[in-house]
Amino acid sequence: MTAPVPILRMRGISKEFPGVKALSGVDFRLLPGEVHALMGENGAGKSTLIKVLTGVHDIDAGEIELGGRKVVFAGPSAAQQAGISTVYQEVNLCTNLSVAENILIGREPRRLGRIQWGRTRRRAAELLARLELDIDVSAPLSAYSPAMQQMVAIARAVDVSARVLILDEPTSSLDTGEVAQLFRVMRKLKEEGIAILFVSHFLDQVYEISDRMTILRNGRLVSEHLTGELGQVELVGKMIGRELADLEKLEGKPLARETEALVEAEDLGRAGAVEPFTLTIHEGEVVGLAGLLGSGRTEIARLLFGADHAGTGSLKIDGRPVSLRTPRAAMNHRIAFCSENRRAEGLIPDLTVRENLILALQAARGWSRPIPRRKQDELVDKYISALKINPADPEQLIRNLSGGNQQKVMLARWLILEPRLLILDEPTRGIDVGAKAEIQRLVASLSDGGMAVLFISAELEEVLRLSHKIGVLRDRRLVAELDNDDDLTTDVLMETIASGARA
Amino acid sequence: MSVLVAGRRAVPRKYVPVLVTACLFAAMFAAGGLRYDSFATGQVVLNVFIDNAFLLVVAVGMTFVILTGGIDLSVGAVVALSTMISASLVTDQGWPSPAVIPLVLAIGAALGWAMGCIIHYFEIQPFIVTLAGMFLARGLCYTIGTDSISITDETYTALAQARVDLPGGMSVSPSVVIALVVVLVAAYVLHYTRLGRNVYATGGSEQSALLMGLPVARTKIAVYTISGFCSALGGVLLSLYMLSGYGLHAVGMELDAIAAVVIGGTLLTGGSGYLLGTVLGVLVLGLIQTIISFEGTLSSWWTKIFIGLLLLVFILLQRLISVRRRT
Repeated sequence: MTAPVPILRMRGISKEFPGVKALSGVDFRLLPGEVHALMGENGAGKSTLIKVLTGVHDIDAGEIELGGRKVVFAGPSAAQQAGISTVYQEVNLCTNLSVAENILIGREPRRLGRIQWGRTRRRAAELLARLELDIDVSAPLSAYSPAMQQMVAIARAVDVSARVLILDEPTSSLDTGEVAQLFRVMRKLKEEGIAILFVSHFLDQVYEISDRMTILRNGRLVSEHLTGELGQVELVGKMIGRELADLEKLEGKPLARETEALVEAEDLGRAGAVEPFTLTIHEGEVVGLAGLLGSGRTEIARLLFGADHAGTGSLKIDGRPVSLRTPRAAMNHRIAFCSENRRAEGLIPDLTVRENLILALQAARGWSRPIPRRKQDELVDKYISALKINPADPEQLIRNLSGGNQQKVMLARWLILEPRLLILDEPTRGIDVGAKAEIQRLVASLSDGGMAVLFISAELEEVLRLSHKIGVLRDRRLVAELDNDDDLTTDVLMETIASGARA
Repeated sequence: MSVLVAGRRAVPRKYVPVLVTACLFAAMFAAGGLRYDSFATGQVVLNVFIDNAFLLVVAVGMTFVILTGGIDLSVGAVVALSTMISASLVTDQGWPSPAVIPLVLAIGAALGWAMGCIIHYFEIQPFIVTLAGMFLARGLCYTIGTDSISITDETYTALAQARVDLPGGMSVSPSVVIALVVVLVAAYVLHYTRLGRNVYATGGSEQSALLMGLPVARTKIAVYTISGFCSALGGVLLSLYMLSGYGLHAVGMELDAIAAVVIGGTLLTGGSGYLLGTVLGVLVLGLIQTIISFEGTLSSWWTKIFIGLLLLVFILLQRLISVRRRT
């Protein structure tokens, strides 16, 4: 078999940010008509490689060849014109414009400089029809779900260039059905000869859709494989650079505990958010919340943290009734809440790791009592090494860190406060296997140390692995509270979510 | 495609703010007509246009800027500078008006362009840059002269006194015609050209617009240039209206222009709004003044109080609409 000629070839790519060597001497190639997965932990250099490829960053060394010709991109628009389009994890479209405009803006059909709206809408509808979508293209984009917006972004990307399509974690906010739809679209595009670069943290999805994969670690190329020739375990080993044994250690289920009740919620509820529920969290206990997206998991967390006011019911901490009117009140009771969107609700990208870490502690102490620098350094060093934050440089700016490491900083910020109840809302979403295992291990050891944890995750296996007790939510109602004994499996959990009662 | 023949629903939410302003205008006009004799005539509305043609032109430029999510505080000062340059060149230097007007427009556009460049390339908040521009332009007025300079040039006075007759014995000044032409051209640019669509896209999300490969730099600089040009044109119209140039003309006009744009339903965060709304916003502001002058016993400060209240109500309305959109 003769090997097809790569449409894209990158050789010896290096890129350095202040204090971080993001890529060093990476080679990468992309063949037409294949889905190529780019694999690696957070901070391995996947995002940087993509940004270099799309002209967002320039390269310090190396060269990029597209269709046999050497190219240098001055910016995203230059890369697009050359035939490389990207759909990012967060949909980068303008939700205030119509669907048709989002697909075609910058390339609207015109006559004498006048945009022809009729033709624009027809063309947009045709493009969506090619992806087997039939939606009202004159409606504003904001009227559609994130999944549909993603499809619109792909329609745009394909129409712009249609030689190389980069999908950067397109599936992280999609449900199963939507992922299947996306994959159908990807296969269709693949048949048309488009080269697709796919980044995802879901190994199953990578194995389902990709033909070939390239693995990066610490900014270096590890290897390139045909997907069929590399097993999942080997892949993970290559990604994290150590044996999977570390991961397996957690396999044993934790034991239920007999300790004092820490937080007792009785008929706590809020109209429109979550139906009244009763839940007791004991000291050192990990309580998992399982349920579909929008089933009320986050709403429960927000009630317990005082971010929303409860409409009904009562809350007791240490057996004494309390009313958590604000997050501050909850923090005074040493309840911490690590929210699911770390970008919007937590980290300050232009401050350093140290400053971000210290923020919550400083706020809790009050501004009139600054934390001595020596104490700060001690604390920061402790948590950087405990959580293996990479790079281990306290003075690095947060925005130079990868997503998983940002998440660790966020977590560390709350841990510094030494909370008694730590609420984690999707702490492992969008981060890689290695970091995921580290965070899971951390949760287990925190609970061994007596901290109670409310653990919210869409991944049932993870919930099952960590929790002593699992609350199952469905349609904004806590439908079941299951002890994590030997009989409990993901199947049982799924059935409970589906049927609303333990089977 | 089926989507093209899809039936129209009640009123798309994006038109709600403009409709509210239109209803408000109609209600004020009706109330004035009931309360005062000789109020409910077409000429009253046309007088509002005549008295506010310059504000309308300035507000058009401001609409572009606000649609991108920016703000231009320099417009009032640029208006004053334009009247001052016009007056001093025409009266003191004896320049012919056909040479003066293009020069003034070019100066306004150049000032706007410079501010746009600074805002974009140095990534400084538009608020600060245009605040500096405001002081600069206002200061330049006084280097030309500290007193009011009256204009006696024939072309100016002829234009100032000319009336375009309309059917029904009504008439408007040439300024109104110019202002309406500006509105129509601007509406065309916003809705039927790439520049206009890029303005909306940039206001919707600058980051997205950049990643979609749109010329964000050019768009941002263009809107401040347009605003500068419109301010200069507004200054020319004001010098026709006042027949003088003065460093204290148009004090606070930037705030009137912003108020008109916001009352017209344009979101201060950018990306949403219509020029028709801005026209209605200017008309509402003008009608408040008219009603107060008809009332006769109220001091003109009541105008400010009403504008303040209206602004508050409309910003709350915007908030409600955008909150509902998010949920």
